[in-house]
Amino acid sequence: MRAIDNPGRRTFLKASAALGAGLTLGFYLPPGRAAQRTATAVTFAPNAFLRVAPDNTITVLVKHLEMGQGVYTGLPMLVAEELEAPWEQIRVESAPADAKLYGNLAWGGTAQGTGGSTSLTNSWDQLRQAGAAAREMLIAAAAALWKVEPSALKAESGGVVHPQSQRRATYGELAAKAAELAPPQNVKLKAPAEWKIIGKSLPRKDGQAKAAGQAQFAGDLKLPGLLTALVVRPPLFGAKAKSVKADAARAVPGVKAVVQIPQGVAVVARDFWSAKKGRDALTVEWDESGAAKISSDALREQYLALAKTAGAVATDRGDTAQALNKAAKTLEATFAFPYLAHAPMEPLACVVQLKDDACEIWAASQSQTLDQATAAKIAGLQPEQVTIHTLLAGGSFGRRANPTSDYIAEAVATAKATRELNAPIRLMWTREDDIKGGYYRPLFVHRLTAGLDVQGKPTAWLQRIVGQSILAGTPFVGMIKDGIDFTSVEGASNLSYAIPNLRVELHSPQAGVPVLWWRSVGHTHVAFATEVFIDELAVAAGQDPYEYRRALLGDHTRHRAVLELAAEKAGWGTPLPKGRGRGIAVHESFDSFVAQVAEVTVQPDGSFKVDRVVCAVDCGVAVNPSVIEAQMQGGIGFGLAAALHGKITLKDGRVEQSNYADYPILRIGEMPKVEVHIAPSQAHPTGVGEPGVPPIAPAVANALYAATGKRVRDLPIDPAIFKT
Amino acid sequence: MIALVVNGQKHEVDAPPDTPLLWVLRDTLGLTGTKYGCGIAVCGACTVHVNGNPMRSCTLPISAVIGSRITTIETAENRVVQTLQQAWVKREVSQCGYCQPGQILSAAALLAGNPRPTDADIDAALSGNLCRCATYARIRAAVHDAAKTLGA
Repeated sequence: MRAIDNPGRRTFLKASAALGAGLTLGFYLPPGRAAQRTATAVTFAPNAFLRVAPDNTITVLVKHLEMGQGVYTGLPMLVAEELEAPWEQIRVESAPADAKLYGNLAWGGTAQGTGGSTSLTNSWDQLRQAGAAAREMLIAAAAALWKVEPSALKAESGGVVHPQSQRRATYGELAAKAAELAPPQNVKLKAPAEWKIIGKSLPRKDGQAKAAGQAQFAGDLKLPGLLTALVVRPPLFGAKAKSVKADAARAVPGVKAVVQIPQGVAVVARDFWSAKKGRDALTVEWDESGAAKISSDALREQYLALAKTAGAVATDRGDTAQALNKAAKTLEATFAFPYLAHAPMEPLACVVQLKDDACEIWAASQSQTLDQATAAKIAGLQPEQVTIHTLLAGGSFGRRANPTSDYIAEAVATAKATRELNAPIRLMWTREDDIKGGYYRPLFVHRLTAGLDVQGKPTAWLQRIVGQSILAGTPFVGMIKDGIDFTSVEGASNLSYAIPNLRVELHSPQAGVPVLWWRSVGHTHVAFATEVFIDELAVAAGQDPYEYRRALLGDHTRHRAVLELAAEKAGWGTPLPKGRGRGIAVHESFDSFVAQVAEVTVQPDGSFKVDRVVCAVDCGVAVNPSVIEAQMQGGIGFGLAAALHGKITLKDGRVEQSNYADYPILRIGEMPKVEVHIAPSQAHPTGVGEPGVPPIAPAVANALYAATGKRVRDLPIDPAIFKT
Repeated sequence: MIALVVNGQKHEVDAPPDTPLLWVLRDTLGLTGTKYGCGIAVCGACTVHVNGNPMRSCTLPISAVIGSRITTIETAENRVVQTLQQAWVKREVSQCGYCQPGQILSAAALLAGNPRPTDADIDAALSGNLCRCATYARIRAAVHDAAKTLGA
């Protein structure tokens, strides 16, 4: 890359120099090719997000982790739109870890990371501006070369044209000239009517590589001399290794080292199978004195008791106690939710190459800034000495956005403990490690009390929520205000129904089980409790659950619009045969609005099937409808897996599940027919990765009630309660 | 040394005979399209064909496949697999993509024996292939598309 004497661009050039090795890992290209190309040619790099090469390749750098949600497609579309670049010409590369350039603007821009369904929404202006700035510079370059006014030119289909003289130059041809220009201060973005790319279901940029088996995940990485590490971790959270008998493990052919690290004992070997055999041969005695020996059944009882007592106040509107006293009718219900594992198909993996003055990491990093800081601390380096190559994730659902950077920390600690081997370390988790490894969606209990007036309208709503805080003990602890971890109460503290007296309270007991955000976080349990309970109120009021909700949504027009859309498309109110039922739920999460109608068929033995789900979503401007549809389908499947099967239990501190055999996820035969309807909108686009999840479990539970008259208040759903 | 035939190519592999085929494909031969998901043959991410039959390579020791014809997602000679791959791209099936090589190999085995499967046939044949992203609706559509292309 040629040095460009422009102070405004120095930061980026520095960053792109650090990216050198990253280029060789552009996920389309085998190692080497991209580097050779860019080493010899002048590339136009107007900002941190795109590069135009003389061969007309346009590379968009994506600052977010691609874990299936479509950021390698949706984000480049924003650049391509403003750049007037053909979709086929765009290639995607993962941005390096650099909080200054790639901070998440939804989090104040100070840390790079992916979560909270923020990728598209925080990049919306940033990437359109990046594309527009490049477009203006390419136009200016052509104007200078052709000695015409920029206003006489226009950008189209990857080039600049001068209609008067019918001259045309491709962006590749203009790259060298454009690279000499200063970026414009202000750029004009296209009006929605001018959009050619935004709003189209353009093909995913990673579709080809993934179908071909060529997409590169961390465990697929090949480096010279690479060794594989597996770690034995304590059987109880909080236990520590007391003594290690490693002779048998060291005797396994291929095993190179057995080392103790803070997280456990690592076996390092020439390949996975040798490491696995070595680990199986290891004997570790554990000190369990500091371990949590809890049982989830006992925890649940403790939470049920806590839910009867007052907690920290998250919301207090009106006078709920008085309104409950005066109510014509009161209802009460208790809901319980188990621990849940994320269980992405790709078990955690991280490759680390540690040197005296540098640490290079290849991982599906979901919070690059934290991962970089953690790795630096362990390696005894400065964060800027840690390079992170963010690879594709084989699913994450929140698991890799771990404030402790757990698996990355293990990999760096193992690399440090085996420095004398001078080999890159590929740390891998087995599925058992994953299911037993903690960082679960916390176990929660909700207790709800509502008062209705004589017309059946709710006058008071008291919701007490009990569960471990996800934020406590993390760098985000400062976000806990007045004892309220908002991730425990989101969706309840801002209940969308017009109820004059609303009180939401929270208990956040400590339990010693590592917990974490799990696709849609607090909404996973809150939406179930609120949307099943509102159904119960509708029934108590003798009203239709859809009409009841609709009337209570007041000025929540976006909620109401998706509710109406889902109901209309589902044929709400049309009769169903005996044994079938229809249920509805609506929920806002991450600034997107989703309503779902589920249809179920229940057999006399209680077994049931979800036949059909009609989903309506308002996520602002629909940038790529195909991706939105896929995320709604996927969110429904993910939420349904939890509703039907998801349950992690602990007995005397030990996790009782270990693999997909006893922690089942959704199978193809359980996937309902899903119809997705996207509400037209010109609002600022919002995320779709998570918002499809919350409504499905309550919609199914409400459908089961409609079919059987039995209420589901515990997840996962026990079909035995429907047996007739 | 153990002799293996993978995607039509002969390999002499120096690995203990109890090594699962999966790890020989991935770590010894560098064919990383076949994925590790569970290690106990319940998720299907490691599905390959052995003499045309779909098998879970994570629990299949290489001693059991000596001389067998092994087909992986990297095959360049299996028309059914390639047609499915094209259908997968066209239908935008993949989300995270990790399970998809296994899904495609299972679907290929289905189509080899049943050129016009129903949804129920697809559900049965792919019931052992888990997808945490729940791309199942598009998987069904893509299998139907590929069946049509192959039958045309």
